[in-house]
Amino acid sequence: MSATGVGAPVRRKEDQRFITGKGHYTDDINRPGQTHASFIRSPHAHARIKCIDAKAASAMPGVVAVLTGAELAGDKIGNLICGWMIHSKDGSPMKMAAHPALAHGKACHVGDPVAVVIAETLAQAKDAAEKVGVDYDVLPAVVDPGKAQAQGAPQIHELAPKNTIYQWHLGDAKATEAGFASAKHVTKLDFVNNRLVPNAIEPRAAIGEYDSGMESFVLWNTTQNPHVARLVIAAFVGMAPEHKLRVIAPDVGGGFGSKIFIYPEEVVALWASRRVGRPVKWVAERSESFLSDAHGRDHVTHAEMAFDADGKTVGLRVRTIANLGAYMSTFSSSIPTYLYATLLSGQYDIPSIYCEVDAVYTNTVPVDAYRGAGRPEATFVVERLIEVGAREMGIDPADMRRRNFIKKFPHQTPVIMTYDAGDYHASLKKALEIADYKGFGKRKRESGRHGKLRGIGLSSYIEACGIAPSQAVGSLGAGVGLWESAEVRVNPTGSVEILTGCHSHGQGHETTFAQLVSERLGIPIENVSVVHGDTDKVQFGMGTYGSRSGAVGMSAIVKALDKVEAKAKKVAAHLLEAAEGDIVFKDGKFMVAGTDKSAAWGDVALNAYIAHKFSGQELEPGLKQGAFSDPTNFTSPAGCHVCEVEVDPDTGRTEIVGWTAIDDFGLVINPMIVEGQVHGGIAQGVGQALLEGARYDEDGQLVTGSFMDYSMPRADNLPSFSVGMTVTRCPSNPLGIKGCGEAGAIAAPAAVINAITDAIGSEAVPMPATSAAVWMALEKVGKARATAA
Amino acid sequence: MPAVSMTVNGKAVTADIDPRTLLVQFLREHLRLTGTHVGCDTSQCGACVVHVDGTGIKSCTILALTADGADVLTIEGLATNGQLHPMQEAFREHHGLQCGFCTPGMIMAAVDMVNRKGHDLDEHTIREELEGNLCRCTGYHNIVKAIAAGARAMAKGPGAAHQADKAAE
Repeated sequence: MSATGVGAPVRRKEDQRFITGKGHYTDDINRPGQTHASFIRSPHAHARIKCIDAKAASAMPGVVAVLTGAELAGDKIGNLICGWMIHSKDGSPMKMAAHPALAHGKACHVGDPVAVVIAETLAQAKDAAEKVGVDYDVLPAVVDPGKAQAQGAPQIHELAPKNTIYQWHLGDAKATEAGFASAKHVTKLDFVNNRLVPNAIEPRAAIGEYDSGMESFVLWNTTQNPHVARLVIAAFVGMAPEHKLRVIAPDVGGGFGSKIFIYPEEVVALWASRRVGRPVKWVAERSESFLSDAHGRDHVTHAEMAFDADGKTVGLRVRTIANLGAYMSTFSSSIPTYLYATLLSGQYDIPSIYCEVDAVYTNTVPVDAYRGAGRPEATFVVERLIEVGAREMGIDPADMRRRNFIKKFPHQTPVIMTYDAGDYHASLKKALEIADYKGFGKRKRESGRHGKLRGIGLSSYIEACGIAPSQAVGSLGAGVGLWESAEVRVNPTGSVEILTGCHSHGQGHETTFAQLVSERLGIPIENVSVVHGDTDKVQFGMGTYGSRSGAVGMSAIVKALDKVEAKAKKVAAHLLEAAEGDIVFKDGKFMVAGTDKSAAWGDVALNAYIAHKFSGQELEPGLKQGAFSDPTNFTSPAGCHVCEVEVDPDTGRTEIVGWTAIDDFGLVINPMIVEGQVHGGIAQGVGQALLEGARYDEDGQLVTGSFMDYSMPRADNLPSFSVGMTVTRCPSNPLGIKGCGEAGAIAAPAAVINAITDAIGSEAVPMPATSAAVWMALEKVGKARATAA
Repeated sequence: MPAVSMTVNGKAVTADIDPRTLLVQFLREHLRLTGTHVGCDTSQCGACVVHVDGTGIKSCTILALTADGADVLTIEGLATNGQLHPMQEAFREHHGLQCGFCTPGMIMAAVDMVNRKGHDLDEHTIREELEGNLCRCTGYHNIVKAIAAGARAMAKGPGAAHQADKAAE
């Protein structure tokens, strides 16, 4: 391993600009003649828009235009769409309601944009926005997914009776029933997988710029997938033909899924820029982010796991109601279905599984993928059931897992997935050793001596990443293919540009991808740059989410590098006057086998371009190759996290006193970056378990609408983490990578709740397990200690 | 429009501004110093931390006019003569950043923390003192490590972070 090659903890190339304040985020960009947008958003969860009076606002200083949904419709701007078709059990297609970029006729959630003011300055736009009069006829609202389908619940979209989008199922109901009939023990749990607000620290932003001479648009946008944004805005919204729209995603300050989707504000920025003939800039305030960024999770679930007398699982059945909010966001339909139920086998050999999912509309912000997306929800179901099952049957929870682990690969689960490689015993064993599982009893007694309740919780999670084989996702309803593209451009001086369809918004692609290329070509890492996030530079790409950039994006780079090497060998053969078949490429040198003749990488690159040594009819000049890579399977990262907590019976406060994470991500390119991804994922998972929860009141007001009310994990809420790895290489891509971006968020919630419930001896702990919630659970089992008066 | 004058990163600046202009808006929009970021509207996230007369403050929470006559230091002014500040070096060395958006505020808050609390910072102190800065990417693990190392390195002056880390290994 070289100091900058695969496996080295190379310090990040992108850091120089970020630590010196020289990053270029969307809000740092200003265009000549730029105007500013301020949105008028519905203050009601459900209301008819009777009329909008823009007269006073239009007369305010600096106002360029006040635009409404009626004008948007008049300009024939199309609706936003959900790009994954799900069919109900009865074969009927999902009920996708119209989602205009500005609400027209009816507003369906608090924060639904109904009009926009365009003004010379942001302050003027905001001042004028306050003068826009909107007359609403307020309608009853429904926010609780458990009540959305009830008789008499407010009907949100006419095409979806009982607010039901689909009633979907997966698995074999009969076989599962038979499994349950044979069971010696059945564990049953009801839980809510709490609704979360992604809250990337950079708020979403967009600048739309229309060029009337070229009849073309540029959109600077905080997006994780600029090409998909362009495709949707061109093909479905109909803003411009695809070749007349350039989408640039500059530095993006975190995404976590929330910046995958195509949002109303970016459509409006483009449309308004054409209307006013000037660039239009919009930057979300945090309170707007809470009301407009797609939220995550929000499941209500009943789940049952059946066991034989030895604690071996003989069946699993799950019934979930998934809240998709007021409109179907870009990938929303796939999250509680193919990214959820397909993972319900966990790391276990479960003979039969049956899962039913109803997706419902409510008068809340749309819900879509958030870090882990469906897989944290699945892991929570499986890892809570196995833990509680073990406790109920008097089996050690670690041993319970061992009894049920899948041991042979490939393994076909009853819910579509084929796991290609893994060693679940290895990660559990290593995690238990590092966490000193054996010594827990002693630590628990010690905690008891100073009045604390100590608990330990495991989470042996699995995920499906590297999404995904295009044919497979196509057969499941995806509207797009999930391959990735790469182009390797070698310059005449031998330096290299890698163009990738992935997008880096914190993942460190500029470093990791360069490590791969530098090692493969034997050139210094400084001579490699990574180009991404611009549809004019990169031909096409599917973006970054689902832990796919390594497994899929780097596979495309490998494929392009293969082609570059093959072409370079032809050039080298001419240069060295040898047969192409005799050329060997190693450590940045082309050698003629069995001789001492060689040519350096730079010489070959230069000769490819000056083309003096070969005829242009015989060999094309230049050295640039592209590739599209479609994986053969999902990847299956897996591992074991162990959380140890102390609960204060006076206050219910939980302190995480230990965290061990052992993950199997296959091949790791940069362990420093991978560990960083694990840390961040755990923090978000702990946030879900202990702190975060989006709460609506009955009228549909988001009462956790700012960082004052929504509890984000802070440094003093978290411990340092002990992170380690085991490795089984993934056979489904050339590098053996599985992906690491979501693991922490997937594993953590179950580990935390398993630890707290172990500590207090009650399973009735909701997420977030706030001090109040834990104290109430303690009180129910008579363990709450009265606070001294 | 009233005039405001201050020193920013060692340079005297003067401008006529709308009186409601916040210091962060003045830095970003008038001076085009876009390294200072805005991540929230309730003074919670700390992406906007700069130093005013040597003290770390959230620049989204004071008017530019309040800083009239002040000496302001932003992330762009932290490196001297092209040499990174030890805290900047420590963030890179310890992978204390991912998307980079909270980073300028984190680094400015970290330097302020050292100015107030000294060079020998334990984990508990760092975590408590970071109460006013949110990061969504790192889980704080490496930020805490970076600040501890940066604090030690600051005792030795610019360029010392790397050496300090080597010594610690």
